[in-house]
Amino acid sequence: MDIMIFLIPVAVLMGAAGLGAFFWSLRSGQYEDLQGAANRILIDDEDD
Amino acid sequence: MAGVALDEAGCPSGLAPPAESGPRADPAAFVRRDAQGRDTLELMVQGAKCAGCIRKIEGGLLAMPGVTDARLNLSTGRLSVAWTPGAVRAGDISTMLERLGYGAAAFDPEAAKQQTDEEGRRLLRYLAVAGFAAMNIMMFSVPVWAGDGEMGEGTRALLHWVSALIAIPASLYAAQPFFRSAWRALRVGHANMDVPISLAVVLTLGVSVVETLQQGAHAYFDGITMLLFFLLIGRYLDHRLRERARTAARDLLALQAVTASRIAADGHVASVSARDIDIGDRLQLAAGERAPVDGVIESGVSELDCSMLTGETLPQAVRAGAVIHAGAINLTQRIVMRATARVEDSSVADLARLIEAGEQGRARFVRLADRAAALYVPVVHSLAALTFLGWAFGPALLRLLGFEAADVGVRVALMNAVAVLIITCPCALGLAVPAVQVVATGRLFKRGVLVKSGDALERLAEVDVAVFDKTGTLTLGRPRLTTLADVATLQAAARLARISRHPLSRALVEATGAGESARSAREVPGEGVEAEIDGETWRLGRRAFAAPMAAESSDGAPELWFGRPGAAPVRFAFADALRADAAETVAALKRRGIAVELISGDRPVAVEAAAEAAGIAVWAGGVAPGDKVARLNTLRAQGKKPLMIGDGLNDAAALAAAHASASPGTALEASQAAADLVIQGAGLLALVEAIDVAKAAKARALENLRFSALYNVIAAPMAAAGLLTPLIAALAMSGSSLTVTLNALRLQLEARSWTS
Repeated sequence: MDIMIFLIPVAVLMGAAGLGAFFWSLRSGQYEDLQGAANRILIDDEDD
Repeated sequence: MAGVALDEAGCPSGLAPPAESGPRADPAAFVRRDAQGRDTLELMVQGAKCAGCIRKIEGGLLAMPGVTDARLNLSTGRLSVAWTPGAVRAGDISTMLERLGYGAAAFDPEAAKQQTDEEGRRLLRYLAVAGFAAMNIMMFSVPVWAGDGEMGEGTRALLHWVSALIAIPASLYAAQPFFRSAWRALRVGHANMDVPISLAVVLTLGVSVVETLQQGAHAYFDGITMLLFFLLIGRYLDHRLRERARTAARDLLALQAVTASRIAADGHVASVSARDIDIGDRLQLAAGERAPVDGVIESGVSELDCSMLTGETLPQAVRAGAVIHAGAINLTQRIVMRATARVEDSSVADLARLIEAGEQGRARFVRLADRAAALYVPVVHSLAALTFLGWAFGPALLRLLGFEAADVGVRVALMNAVAVLIITCPCALGLAVPAVQVVATGRLFKRGVLVKSGDALERLAEVDVAVFDKTGTLTLGRPRLTTLADVATLQAAARLARISRHPLSRALVEATGAGESARSAREVPGEGVEAEIDGETWRLGRRAFAAPMAAESSDGAPELWFGRPGAAPVRFAFADALRADAAETVAALKRRGIAVELISGDRPVAVEAAAEAAGIAVWAGGVAPGDKVARLNTLRAQGKKPLMIGDGLNDAAALAAAHASASPGTALEASQAAADLVIQGAGLLALVEAIDVAKAAKARALENLRFSALYNVIAAPMAAAGLLTPLIAALAMSGSSLTVTLNALRLQLEARSWTS
């Protein structure tokens, strides 16, 4: 069962990474305009 | 910008009609300089629905020289624009939006700042932490449960310790909203639902740590984090519900944002925000504009529409020296007024005090969930105490009575008592009511009914008397032509009427339709319109002005006389028309066993006519605002639960004093602020639907509460008997929460059948 010494920290770190990603997305305002985000994908970029 | 149909007005998908162009407030007063030295403006855009709209609006604005940034938030309808100072004027931005076919109103930057939802973000963070902890700990708990009997004690202790390291900081962090709320309640000597929650969190953590230290089998770290996760979902839903209604109501008000034209000492006129008006400022009020503050008219002769203030539909003639109240609309001619009060001290503010007094009465209403908590808290806590006493002293008592019984120790007694607290922790109770209310208000929101709070819905479900205001609520607040005149006469009169903003003239034009206006026509304030046509003088207006020879009529209805040389004078009579679905709404309310009354500040003759047309038997006219409140208090004293529906400033106090209240979307700021519900759109029938939904929501919420109680009746004795394990606790908690949520969603299915 020595493998647990590695598996437990790996599992916790992966969870913590997910939590960190959520905080980042919250702070960068990704939940401010959910409808807009869904619609903006439909706009074609014609920058050229 | 190839492919963007700038020439076609409004939403390219046709999801919303293009906005009508009309006089709009100049947004210049709301421009602010940002940190990068750019001028910025926040606007509320109406009618933006799809990707095409985003593209059109952002593309159209960015194409303007000098505009550096334009970003539309489709969810809230807010548009932020930034430009190099001097490159464009703020007015150009709103003109551009209007050309694109969207209505736009500037946001007061101070009001906009208040809109960031800090509380919601904090709750989301708590929710995320609790979710993370629950998932990770569950990962360690499943092997413990699965390996029961096979897992070595050392391994189990290790898994428990890792769980504790995650659960202790995470729970103490995520339980903060419950701790705070419980502390607030305890400090004033109350107990709310958060008291048992906080107690359970602290006790469970403590007992589990002790259990882990002693290498015991039962640690509830998984249960406590999962509990917090579910409870926080309920808390967040509840918060979002209130926040959305608040934001929507604020946006509506922002569309009424008042700017004023202030005349400086040098005669220069500048647009300012109503908030910046000082006592003594001279303000210019063009025809069609609303007075932003109380004041005195300095020069000019005009007529004022005070229907929002008093309920009186007929305009009032005014001249220099007359008092003008905030909210009155100037009708005929430009006037100059001097402010005698600031916005916050204007007549609106007096009403604000009345509203506050009314709301205190309403604060006595106890929410369903709190009523459940009041019953629940003592029962559960006594049960836990009894469990402890039973296990601690029960064996000794049995021995005294001559039975064989071995002591189990304080540890087991405490463990079982805590198990009772955990299993009865109001997880489902916490979700039972908010989940239902979120679904209910979501449905109503889509139908154009804004519900300000969850308890508004609870109060609405209880009403048994509906008290309507007349002007602007039961009626459209606009006169309609009732005389049947021949087309030629109508057309002739409309040529004069088209140049006037007087409500009766507008009604005449509305009845006639499009056509030309007399070029020589001019408005005589307080009298009517006069024009030279083919060498003759035509007059449209008061009897004394247009047809002095005609006999006075007796019905007292609002009237216009049309006089031409060589033709008999024609009288046009008007009435304030009922909303198309007013009678239907009244009938629907009566079918639901709700009595209907009509109370208005307008003349009794007009009120009687409206009451008869709408099918209301109980009515009163010429009622002052204070008497409306008195009537509502009388009803309440009789044990009735009145619902007040009104729109004017004169209704605001009554709205606050009623058990529940609603106002149409056209209502004044103060009334919308005082009302529980705001009904958008032209009809009133949505009100009936709101009552139906409120009743159904109450039924669902009660079902949920009963289910939670039933679950506790089964689970609590198990826990008291010492049969509870962490696995059972986890299953019971998630199972009951899921059931309650699914039951709430049932409301959505029912709601679908109402809308079709």
